[in-house]
Amino acid sequence: MVGLNKSEFKNPVVNWIDTRLPIFTMMQNEYGAFPTPKNFNYLWNFGALAMINLMIMMVTGVFLAMNYQPNATLAFDSVQHIMRDVNYGWLLRYVHQNGASMFFIVVFVHIFRNMYYGSYKNPRELLWIFGVVLLLLMMATSFMGYVLPWGQMSYWGATVITNLFSAFPVVGDPIVTWLWGGFSVDNPTLNRFFSLHYLLPFVIFGVTFLHVVALHITGSNNPLGIDVKSPQDTLPFHPYYTVKDSVGLCVYLLVFAIFVFFWPNLLGDPNNFIPANPLQTPADIVPEWYFLPFYAILRSVPNKLGGVCLMFGSIAVLFVLPWLDTSPVRSARFRPIFRKLIWLWIVSVGVLGVCGANKPEGIWVVLSRVGTAYYFLHFLVILPILGKLERPLPLPESISRPVIGGGPLPGGAAAKPMEKV
Amino acid sequence: MADTSAAASHGQPGDVTKRDFLKLVAGAGAAIGAAAMAWPLIDSMNPSKDVLAMSSVEVDLTPIAVGQGITLMWRGKPVFVRHRTEQEIKDAEAVQLGQLIDPQADDARVKPGEKQWIVLVGICTHLGCIPTGNKPTEMRGDWGGWFCPCHGSQYDTSGRVRHGPAPANLAVPPYAFESDTKIKIG
Ligand code: HEM
Ligand code: FES
Repeated sequence: MVGLNKSEFKNPVVNWIDTRLPIFTMMQNEYGAFPTPKNFNYLWNFGALAMINLMIMMVTGVFLAMNYQPNATLAFDSVQHIMRDVNYGWLLRYVHQNGASMFFIVVFVHIFRNMYYGSYKNPRELLWIFGVVLLLLMMATSFMGYVLPWGQMSYWGATVITNLFSAFPVVGDPIVTWLWGGFSVDNPTLNRFFSLHYLLPFVIFGVTFLHVVALHITGSNNPLGIDVKSPQDTLPFHPYYTVKDSVGLCVYLLVFAIFVFFWPNLLGDPNNFIPANPLQTPADIVPEWYFLPFYAILRSVPNKLGGVCLMFGSIAVLFVLPWLDTSPVRSARFRPIFRKLIWLWIVSVGVLGVCGANKPEGIWVVLSRVGTAYYFLHFLVILPILGKLERPLPLPESISRPVIGGGPLPGGAAAKPMEKV
Repeated sequence: MADTSAAASHGQPGDVTKRDFLKLVAGAGAAIGAAAMAWPLIDSMNPSKDVLAMSSVEVDLTPIAVGQGITLMWRGKPVFVRHRTEQEIKDAEAVQLGQLIDPQADDARVKPGEKQWIVLVGICTHLGCIPTGNKPTEMRGDWGGWFCPCHGSQYDTSGRVRHGPAPANLAVPPYAFESDTKIKIG
């Protein structure tokens, strides 16, 4: 596509740039006029919130890195230095720390939204796959970030998680040694984790860009899960959804601020106030809350390799979800059985989370096995079969119909939707 | 975005609508919020509390013989403390202020009754090099004070610039005599 862009912007400077590099036209098309289904609910805020959260993490992270020392003898003290001496260092750290939790809350809701309304289905499979890649990248980033303060939980968390790879026969031990750069978690490990913790958010940024490009090719799904049929079904993104996203943003920032200013350490672990000690493991090793369900899956079977495979499998299964769910109907609103079972799956994840926070003894072992079984049953058995058996409710004619007319029309009476513009 | 649609949405050109007002208030609110969020980030780059805590040093003057000077660190910068000879004090006081590039009397650069001590920030006011001349064996320039090796600026025994390119005298840091033989800088 060679040739200058015919820019419609009046401002001469904007026009001059836009003629040569049409970024203003692009922004106008993708975020101004972009036709968006008009029936979004507030669950559609969470993608934009995730982007803002990523920005917050990158900005606070860069400023923290100006005062942090990625060295095993200095790291813990440098974090205390940030908390006590650096101007607003406490704020930077608490925002970054709680920001990680906020990020997972936001992305978990975002993923749930996609599962509930079938957003992963044709034609949005690739968009979904990029999403799962983002989830994996986020997990890697936050795991390595948690190691940096070099407290007891940092150290032993790093030890336990890197040791997961030792479960693999033959290659396991060499891989772990390679990950550590030595024979235990030590200074080389801390250095490389810092380097990668700095790098990965920029990778997340790039993948998010692809994720959004893919979104703008397929267009957004919507709570009815049916395709946009006419311009009447859509609204321009700006001002309608910029405003709706801003409302959500205010609520999100409020919740964020309550954590940061009133309960900054609620989601942290007291053991991380103790400097790393390679000679003593704390009594309970618990990961951050967002890893708990996966941690419970890991411990649910008494076999080292089996547990590791199940844990990686619990994410891997998400990649193939678009093909496991055989129902052509997207939104759970029109799938009476799926609509109930998806909540049962959520309950299984919640139960696994609680199991992950408790010692693997007695009832918790039983519950984590039941939870793990249901987690996989949902994806591997229920979804493929349900799509064939379930009788979906009649789908509305178009997005405007139920909004204006209040419900699906009887088959024959379908009026041809009037074209706006 | 507004560029292409603004004209159409107004009743009369120049009319101020309720929407204009709301946009302005919302925009101003967002700008103030963004600035409030930016300030902690900017301020975190200012000197931290531990850096500020190291911002004063005490110096024992007894080992510094007449005619000698020492260099010490204060806030990461060199500070000259020089024990001037009678002759050097006389030279500094005798100068006509009109002859100076940056006129200032010697009296204003030393503490009353302690004229033998001159305390200076040892950074050339041209581009930041450290002048020589603290030790009698070093190059002191034509005015017997300090000489900057970088671009040849020269200072007299009061630390006043006598030969360019430096535009100003060597700075006198804040300091006080704690006793006859001890000063506190900062
Ligand atoms: C760094 C994290 C992420 C960012 C910044 C992000 C950003 C976004 C944005 C801005 C949208 C459009 C707005 C919306 O529909 O809410 C979106 C849509 C979407 N995202 Fe994400 N996302 C992230 C993580 C994920 C994850 C982990 C998944 C799934 C595993 C995912 C799956 C999807 C899907 C399927 C859509 C299309 C939804 C629709 O149109 O209904 N995203 N994402
Ligand atoms: S820096 Fe001293 S003369 Fe230029």
